[in-house]
Amino acid sequence: MQTAIDIRTVTKTYGTFTALKAVSLSIMDNEFFTLLGPSGCGKTTLLRMIAGFEDVTKGDILLFGQNIAALDPNLRPVNTVFQQYALFPHMSVIDNVAFGLKMKGFDLPTRRKRAGEMLEMVHLSSFADRLPAQLSGGQQQRVALARALAPQPKVLLLDEPLSALDLKLRQAMRMELKQLQQDTGITFIFVTHDQEEALTMSNRIAVMSAGHVQQIGTPRDIYESPVNRFVADFIGETNLLEVDVARITGDQAQVILPGGHTITCSTATHDPGRHQLSIRPERLTLGPVGTGLEAVVDQVIYLGTDLQIHVRLDGGTPLQIRIQNAARTEVPAPGTRIGLQLEEGAARLLAD
Amino acid sequence: MAGAAPTTAPDTGTSAETTYRSARVPLLLPTWLVIGFFLILPVALMAVYSFLTKEMRGGVIWEFSLAAYDQFFINRGLFGDEPPSLEWTYISVFGRSIVQAATATTLCLLIGFPTAWFIATRAPATRGVWLFLITVPYWVNLLIRTVSLRFLIRENGPLNDALLATGLITEPLALINTNFAVQLGLFYSYLPFMVLPVYAAVERYNFTLSEAAADLYASRWVTLRHIVLPIVKPGIIAGCLLVFIPSLGAFLAPNLLGGAKNFMIGSLIEEQFKRSLGNWPFGAAVSMILMSLVLILLLLYARSTARAEAR
Repeated sequence: MQTAIDIRTVTKTYGTFTALKAVSLSIMDNEFFTLLGPSGCGKTTLLRMIAGFEDVTKGDILLFGQNIAALDPNLRPVNTVFQQYALFPHMSVIDNVAFGLKMKGFDLPTRRKRAGEMLEMVHLSSFADRLPAQLSGGQQQRVALARALAPQPKVLLLDEPLSALDLKLRQAMRMELKQLQQDTGITFIFVTHDQEEALTMSNRIAVMSAGHVQQIGTPRDIYESPVNRFVADFIGETNLLEVDVARITGDQAQVILPGGHTITCSTATHDPGRHQLSIRPERLTLGPVGTGLEAVVDQVIYLGTDLQIHVRLDGGTPLQIRIQNAARTEVPAPGTRIGLQLEEGAARLLAD
Repeated sequence: MAGAAPTTAPDTGTSAETTYRSARVPLLLPTWLVIGFFLILPVALMAVYSFLTKEMRGGVIWEFSLAAYDQFFINRGLFGDEPPSLEWTYISVFGRSIVQAATATTLCLLIGFPTAWFIATRAPATRGVWLFLITVPYWVNLLIRTVSLRFLIRENGPLNDALLATGLITEPLALINTNFAVQLGLFYSYLPFMVLPVYAAVERYNFTLSEAAADLYASRWVTLRHIVLPIVKPGIIAGCLLVFIPSLGAFLAPNLLGGAKNFMIGSLIEEQFKRSLGNWPFGAAVSMILMSLVLILLLLYARSTARAEAR
């Protein structure tokens, strides 16, 4: 597969502040790639550098092999969907969508036709002559999408495009975006701080923090095999424990839990010593006493679809467990002593 | 958003409406008083005076007369015995004034727009300082500033001295009593009236739109023409009106800097009320004609924008 975007040791500094520290990553053609991280991690800066709105302090950005790091934004064959949409308020919906085509020099009939097709694709054909202010947030979002896709960019950049929508609409748009990416075959680079968005849509995710890429991988890789505490903690919920490593063989480690139990788990490190251990709450199951770990129930929290159970291991280490709120679920009362089983892949030894 | 707003129960809505109606008169009274005293009354007074007969040493005789308008539009020769023809003297003063005011407006826009843009794109904390600097000269009375300008550009004034010292010119430039001097005076007097409304519009402009335009392959020039200017247009138009209208009726700059050759409407009106030779009804008539002209221009503009929006 061809590489669409190649980021090569890109650094960005503002005065004394370093927003990106020698970031390198490759994004494949026809990929839905997500830059995920908390605000201030540098994800938007990186996206804006690909678009050309920010200068590259050091490093190169290659688009299908061509170095675009020094090009003006209007000369880059990439288009952006902005966070607040940035629709031109004085132009009708159809004129907004046709703007990029007009700038590229297409004649009026072609512009009309292509813009019309784009509006049809986002189900807004009947709104062509409205002004952006006359549309709802979700509709404006679709116009922004149609406008950015109309010139058929090689890469589409999306800067937290769903963050201004309400929850239901956001969930519907996720599916639509994913479908749109598959239908058009255009490489999508999607920036978000919402891990659920990232997990549901992406082919691959780059988790960023403090100007560094922490981990790149498929949603499953990122969630199930996090490399460090930041990734394990940022994606989903997890229990973090500090443990001693007994032995590491290949990609398996034997670690000693605070209560004295030894378990085997996958590992992101080969260094012995003390490390963080991540245990996913939904991969812990309750069982009868005497079949593995033992703990005392502290509190049961009702979440609707799930139950969250706070327990304490022997030795006082707190753990959270998440079980489905099914009809047959037996809910232990606070104070009861219970047995705990770690399912396959519940625990992972982290690098830090 | 709208769905989240609590809806008022129908009965309280009606009573609120009644309260609103009964409170409307006292609440609107101050506005009507201000408009009445400062707008309607003076204009009505002017309109009435323009149809009265002049008194020789200024003032009016309360007798209906069309003499003022007659004097403006119709030429009957020096002794009033020639066949009537169109009087060009005052119309040409109007024409010259319009050209002067339009030129001043254009100059103010050409300099004022980049200035406003510059201020609006500074860090928010420093914008206030720049705006303050723009307004500082306006703490001094306009008359004094215009007289000072006269001193600056006169034959042996600092401007000519400086130019002579650099060797760019060998003879002092005769700037005073020229069109150029009037332009300079108008430009200087009214520049802030352009800068401030344009600044207000540019400051509200969402610069992400420029990024979006660049992202969609628009050059800087195209972005300025097709995105920025249409969006900040209300500010530009407000600025142009605020410069053009007072420039049209200005009399300080043309009187003090322009001399007799560069007579403008403002000076013509002022003449009529200043001296014992003055003619109040004529001054009032010229004012009325000037006001009508401005109103017609505004109406034409309003119609053209309404049509542009309807398209």
